Amino acid sequence: MKLLIVLLLLPIVLSGCAIKPWVKPYERARLAEPVMNLNRHPASNAYMHHVHQAREGARGAEGGAGGGCGCN
Amino acid sequence: MQLRVVCALGGCLFSVAATAAVLPEDRADVLYHRYEGGGMTIDGPSVLVRKSIGGRVSVSANQYVDSVSAASVDVLASASPYTEERTEKSLGVDYLVGKAIYSLSYTGSEENDYEASTVSFGASQDFFGDLTTLSFGYARGDDTVRRRGDALFEEQAERQHFRFGVTQVITRNMIMALGHEFVSDEGFLNNPYRSVRYRTAVGYASQPEVYPNTRSSEATALRAGYYLPWRAAVHAEYRWFSDSWGISSRDWRIAYVFPFRTHWEFELNYRDYEQSGADFYSDLFPYQDAQTFLARDKEMSDFTSTSYGMAASWEFLKGRFRLIDRVGLRIAVDRYAFDYQNFRDITVKGLPVGAEPLYAFKATVSQVLLSVWY
Repeated sequence: MKLLIVLLLLPIVLSGCAIKPWVKPYERARLAEPVMNLNRHPASNAYMHHVHQAREGARGAEGGAGGGCGCN
Repeated sequence: MQLRVVCALGGCLFSVAATAAVLPEDRADVLYHRYEGGGMTIDGPSVLVRKSIGGRVSVSANQYVDSVSAASVDVLASASPYTEERTEKSLGVDYLVGKAIYSLSYTGSEENDYEASTVSFGASQDFFGDLTTLSFGYARGDDTVRRRGDALFEEQAERQHFRFGVTQVITRNMIMALGHEFVSDEGFLNNPYRSVRYRTAVGYASQPEVYPNTRSSEATALRAGYYLPWRAAVHAEYRWFSDSWGISSRDWRIAYVFPFRTHWEFELNYRDYEQSGADFYSDLFPYQDAQTFLARDKEMSDFTSTSYGMAASWEFLKGRFRLIDRVGLRIAVDRYAFDYQNFRDITVKGLPVGAEPLYAFKATVSQVLLSVWY
């Protein structure tokens, strides 16, 4: 777990020393494609988080959306 | 009573930017959702409207309804089937300043025996050439718990959420996000209707559940999206969870998203969830008041849940009208299988106490989403 955090934060730390970002703005077209959007349909995502929260013990870090109850 | 208002965080109003600081799109969504399985049918609409004002402010409003018809194994074991309705309303505003977005929202939820209100605040900021987005959030919820048929019963619970997240552009094809959330609860946290069972000389008897008055939990999630050369994407996520009640879980999900021709998009996904239960959970306690805290809530037992699903989206009427950019229709179906390792189906009669079959059920989640972008 700690290793994963370090690996993820490493580019941030390194970028602090860099003058320019390693992925230029004009190179981000693919990242801007709709299929890459993690939260393409907010109402649907919120509902699915609600479905999980209601039936599972876990909660939190759902990635943007939450909300709701647990149901019998 | 819809149990355990777990995380009324303002729903989708609490979202943080996944990439560069850009306000969410102007759109209106009408969602019909339906959950069916394990004796439960829950359906209803969700309407979400979002509109920007002057390019720096975006406001949103959401109304979500759950119409519940409950005849689950828990209900059948100790009560009669019932119906009820929960309505949740949210208002939110996002404010863009430079490369930062500040978000504020309020959510209120009402049902006949439970009220919840939540205020949340969030902020996100782009750094390092917009390759990195840092975000944090705080939410506070106050709940009032009542019990049908008992006018004197009223309890309170309060909840605080602390969130931190970082989203990082890794390469021109890959983006990753790490999120962490700490949740703290205090007050009446159990369900006033549920009971545990304990062994007696002639079988078993029941007594009310007793939960601790505090709970704290931590969840960490790692997500990644990778763009494939044929204009498709793979999304994967892994989440770890643990809490002070002894519940720990991990879940992972993978999804494959691909367009078809100009106006269609399809998604296939698989999710796996595995949980070890609370320290004070037992399907059958040896005797009455066997310990300080008692639970027989299947959501707190050891179990696994797997699901697979698919979705199809179609966008049309693009550029046809002056005030509407396009219209989208999305249909999604997910099929779940829950398998409990230490929760038994006591509606099965004629077997020795404690020898009933382990409970399992399947559920189907369906959604129809109509979206208008403007």
